[in-house]
Amino acid sequence: MTEPRATHPSGAPLPDKGGHFEEFGGKFVPEALYAALAQLEDAFDAAQQDPDFAAELSRLQRDYAGRPTPITEATRFSEHCGGARMLLKREDLNHTGSHKINNVLGQALLTRRMGKRRVIAETGAGQHGVASATAAALLGLECRVYMGKVDTDRQALNVARMQMLGAEVVAVKAGSQTLKDAMNEAMRDWVTHVDDTHYLIGTVGGPHPFPRIVREFQRIISTESRAQVLEKYGQLPDAVCACIGGGSNAMGIFADFIPDEGVGLYGFEAGGDGVDTGRHAASITAGSLGVLHGARTYVLQDEDGQTVESHSISAGLDYPGVGPEHAWLARTGRATYRPITDTEAMDALMLLTRTEGILPAIESAHAVAGAQKLALELVERPEFRTKPPTILVNISGRGDKDVSTALEWFGIDGSVDRETEEVR
Amino acid sequence: MSSSAQAILTARTQNRAALVGYLPVGYPDVAGSFDALRAITEGSDGTGVDLVEIGAPYSDPVMDGLAIQHAATRALERGVRTADVFRAVEAVTATGTPAVVMTYWNLVEHYGVERYARDLASAGGSGLITPDLTPDDAEPWIAASEQHDLDRIFLIAPSSTDERIALTTRACRGWVYATAVMGVTGARQQTSSAAPDLVARIRAQSDLPVGVGLGVSNGDQAAEIGAYADAVIVGSALVKELIDNERTGSSDLSGLRAVVDDLAAGVRRAR
Repeated sequence: MTEPRATHPSGAPLPDKGGHFEEFGGKFVPEALYAALAQLEDAFDAAQQDPDFAAELSRLQRDYAGRPTPITEATRFSEHCGGARMLLKREDLNHTGSHKINNVLGQALLTRRMGKRRVIAETGAGQHGVASATAAALLGLECRVYMGKVDTDRQALNVARMQMLGAEVVAVKAGSQTLKDAMNEAMRDWVTHVDDTHYLIGTVGGPHPFPRIVREFQRIISTESRAQVLEKYGQLPDAVCACIGGGSNAMGIFADFIPDEGVGLYGFEAGGDGVDTGRHAASITAGSLGVLHGARTYVLQDEDGQTVESHSISAGLDYPGVGPEHAWLARTGRATYRPITDTEAMDALMLLTRTEGILPAIESAHAVAGAQKLALELVERPEFRTKPPTILVNISGRGDKDVSTALEWFGIDGSVDRETEEVR
Repeated sequence: MSSSAQAILTARTQNRAALVGYLPVGYPDVAGSFDALRAITEGSDGTGVDLVEIGAPYSDPVMDGLAIQHAATRALERGVRTADVFRAVEAVTATGTPAVVMTYWNLVEHYGVERYARDLASAGGSGLITPDLTPDDAEPWIAASEQHDLDRIFLIAPSSTDERIALTTRACRGWVYATAVMGVTGARQQTSSAAPDLVARIRAQSDLPVGVGLGVSNGDQAAEIGAYADAVIVGSALVKELIDNERTGSSDLSGLRAVVDDLAAGVRRAR
């Protein structure tokens, strides 16, 4: 595998050997984990040089996950986007229903390569947990998933799926009982069981080498979509849009486009009730430089550096930090990050469902909403007067898991009124 | 020489290991934590810990088990601030027992590394134990601690390679913290079989005094570890006394003092 990377202004690849994206990243972890992180990095580097590893991963991606995922041109949705050409990268069509499987298959193969028999994972919406449990079932690994108690309640379907797959799901009741606390608990498990256990981190966050490894396993999203758009439309997209919590789907769809200077990169953070209210998960927009879960990045924190609880209707974006490479892309201006409120995301979720017959995950609906707003801005620009902009949007996951949240949000209870025969 | 290393070396002249006691600031509340910190410097009869490790509560303590997590969560709910950490250092050092602070790195970085070092030094603190900062990302802290004459106590784990042990002990100042087990803080029934080997591996590379912590909860365990380590570090067993007090609505610190007595006797009968 080749690894085209983000580069330092000097031309050096990023991250550096210590895992730094200039001031971001690093390895802020207990010494006890150093040996495991070094082992993981060695295993990953060796795997990247090993044609058998590449062949096996590629076979699983094709025959098991269902790659390549298609690009869908959303023509009815486009009418709500000022006529911009809206192209959807359909990661929702992957086995298990999201992009998470891309990273999980790669790391599960690494786990086997390292001779470990157990994986642990953190999960917010449950998509990464389901993907991890799936890969564990496929490769015969023991699997434990840590999930905040708030999230096990709002994502009950995914909890059941993980249990069906043979994983043990631990509801974490510490702190805010969401993704960050699940990650704390997974770290504690890993410190204790590092000999036989791999911590299968689901995002481009955490200590080095995770941000790099997860980026490389998710890179396939942009490698495929860049070629697909070029082939079908004879041009690169003008903008690439993704939702961003920790940032794995966004890094996946950004990666190969980073050197394409004419392609705008847009990440949409969870704006919750609105950034002004303080109830949000917009770590880049409203956070500050800090260290969380092993990396220096933008963090939602108080005056003393205590992590502040994040809020989002989307469990998968409800995290008070962000992957260090996104922090770097934001600071250098290569990518633009904007918040999308719960309301905007839910409106977009319904719009895409009704115009295209595609029910996106609430996470992905943030990208849909952001892409729509961006499209309406871009079509006003002189350069797009004659030829509307082409916008690539990552539909990172499907929304089946979110149906009960959506019913509640829209005030639909799903029952039928006997008099009028209308669905309430 | 710093006062934290001095405390360990003084114990060595008495042919015993030093006893290091950990308690977090702000639990059960700020004033109550100051009382508890003073109590462990005294025990029941004036013989307390040789060095106090003051814990700075943090929202995401990945190296801590349930007892210390519980105390940190409560302390934060009750409004503990970084300024309280420095006040606690003053309160402890006023008793004549030296103090180091155990803190997760973001609290220092957010306060400002240089400013933190300055305020810790002016409060009379001896240094920092940094569970999630290793020498690899520690350049600003190494500079600030040199400037303010503070100890840098990095951790070494049973999984550390000899190369990592060499790198870490070279970067330490004062002494080094060896974690006896792979895991998080918390009292354990049995002492670690990995600890004696780890201490021997450290001694093969460095003359630094070695403190051993994680899982030590009573005098017998302290005696066992005190036979070969320069310091025995106890945290969760002390915090549990305060948790018991909270559950029963008591502010009586005699149980806490009794645990300290047991531990202090343990390090004195080790050799």
